[in-house]
Amino acid sequence: MSKFSDLTRLPDARGHFGPYGGRFVSETLSFALDDLEKTYLRLRDDPDFQAEFDYDLAHYVGRPSPLYHAERWSQQLGGAQVWLKREDLNHTGAHKVNNTIGQALLAKMSGKPRVIAETGAGQHGVATATVAARLGLACEVYMGAEDVERQKLNVYRMRLLGAKVIPVESGTRTLKDAMNEALRDWVTNVDDTFYIIGTVAGPHPYPMLVRDFNAVVGREARRQSLEEFGRLPDALIACVGGGSNAMGLFYPFVEDDEVAMYGVEAGGDGVDTGRHAAPLASNAPRGVLHGNRTYLMSDEGGQVSDTHSISAGLDYPGVGPEHALWKDVGRVQYVAANDDAVLEAFRELTRVEGIMPALESAHALAHAKVLAPTMRPDQHIVVNLSGRGDKDIMTVAKIDGLEF
Amino acid sequence: MNRIDKRFAELKAEGRRALIPYITAGDPAPQYTVGYLHALVEAGADVLELGVPFSDPMADGPVIQKACERALRHHVRLTHLFEMVREFRQADGDTPVVLMGYLNPIERIGLEAFADQAAAAGIDGVLTVDMPPEEADEFGPILKARGLASIFLVAPTTSRERAATICAHGEGYLYYVALKGVTGAATLNADDVAEHLAPLRELTELPLCVGFGIRDGASAAEVGKVADGVIVGSALVSRIADNAERPEAIAAELKAVLGEMRQALDALPAR
Repeated sequence: MSKFSDLTRLPDARGHFGPYGGRFVSETLSFALDDLEKTYLRLRDDPDFQAEFDYDLAHYVGRPSPLYHAERWSQQLGGAQVWLKREDLNHTGAHKVNNTIGQALLAKMSGKPRVIAETGAGQHGVATATVAARLGLACEVYMGAEDVERQKLNVYRMRLLGAKVIPVESGTRTLKDAMNEALRDWVTNVDDTFYIIGTVAGPHPYPMLVRDFNAVVGREARRQSLEEFGRLPDALIACVGGGSNAMGLFYPFVEDDEVAMYGVEAGGDGVDTGRHAAPLASNAPRGVLHGNRTYLMSDEGGQVSDTHSISAGLDYPGVGPEHALWKDVGRVQYVAANDDAVLEAFRELTRVEGIMPALESAHALAHAKVLAPTMRPDQHIVVNLSGRGDKDIMTVAKIDGLEF
Repeated sequence: MNRIDKRFAELKAEGRRALIPYITAGDPAPQYTVGYLHALVEAGADVLELGVPFSDPMADGPVIQKACERALRHHVRLTHLFEMVREFRQADGDTPVVLMGYLNPIERIGLEAFADQAAAAGIDGVLTVDMPPEEADEFGPILKARGLASIFLVAPTTSRERAATICAHGEGYLYYVALKGVTGAATLNADDVAEHLAPLRELTELPLCVGFGIRDGASAAEVGKVADGVIVGSALVSRIADNAERPEAIAAELKAVLGEMRQALDALPAR
């Protein structure tokens, strides 16, 4: 019996994870969230729905994704064996598609002809545009104007897929503002529109259903660990922005007390500089944004803070409410990796293993570099390689002083 | 008796509809807000809604988003709002003031500390846009203990069952959101509003006030035919935006917009 078994029974009926989560939205959206919750709870246990989801994951996404032993890198680090859960090999290049497949099926079952999404780095936008193309749904993606500039390649990918990308000029012009604008769209077009949220945040039931759709990552990793090295891993590491890839990997291990878990937030210039996106690691105050209560970076007046990260996908001042609870109960340790350590990990994995990680995922790798040397060679770490790095080549080139 | 209840009781006795203007505190700069509030009362406001600027106003359209941005450039926060209302109360002890905003700035102060300071400043009600009654278990009693009314929204999409819950929790007045959408979005349909208000009458004795989509005297009168009160925000705030460079001219602009609505409402037959 695990001391963390209670964590598997959350959220409660009103979407709370302990003091976090909930449904803090304006009244117009309440009925849509009620509807979505009912639809999801019905389909979650429906074998036909699950069969269709599993089929798509196998034949469209290409699951299961491999668990790859980074042997050379492990040797170099001189400690534990590092295994990479290769979500970068999924169709569209990141874990995000697991969730968009699931939510697009919900949209189809709900008879909504139009989907919207918010996106930071563009990975969730691409994953949404992809499934929308496949199902013939109209798709509009909100993206901070600054991110549109930073991630031109993904913007064009979305347009090729038939989606309309709407640059958001309000606020800080990044992911949080894109989410504000998507919520405004949804409240206006709620009758015919399904909002595909890309992370384990937002109002209930989103944190629950995004978790469930991504949990395939952890279920596979658990089985693959038993196959590859005959037992469960000693540690799991994943990056945390909103926290969907970490939630997907961690959740199926939550009752395995012997498995340590590390969530790695964006340390930016350093947690002590204030220029970061690490609400958990910096012990930010509790707050309410985008429909849920969580750790939230805000100033003394309660205004949401500007965040900073080298990776657009982690540039978010809040974090999924379930992670907030897991921090409080000590199930997961949340740490931060700074931009320079992230870049170093990005370059190192590329050179040593021939695998170019997304800058988001490189946060998890940066912590593996810290953790592995403190462990024995007969111990095992699974790192979620949540996405591939092609989209970040321009960002890194710019740092190297190159322009294409 | 709370100033809001008193005001609605007076209006009912006179057969008149409430006119409820909204402005964002500190827009375009904090030193003008109290003057604007007095101007709105002179033009016929019965209740004042004072917006708390927030960095992420998810339920608001561009007009009020920009008002928040203008106010936040001056770092306006709740403590300043309390000072504004305290100053307003020196000259006006009767007109109810309702704070309208989002939960995060309130939580950051702490619910109890917020309620203490709000009551001491002379605030009468609180409308937290992103806090439906299901999430108000803790906050509701804290407000009530200090005589502050919890005001809630009802939307066209609200089910009858939810409406009953909201009515059971609501105090002061019920704010019916006339449109699916954000503030300042479109023009409302009065027949549609009437259709939605009728079942609410069976659920509550609270005055039913309607906001979103009221732009001028004509739309105010349309809504006034079926509602107990009319709430107007973006139509006023856009006048502030247009004149942000000459803030001393804004009071007259606000009076003109609100005065037209007052006239239109008062021209309706007594309720």
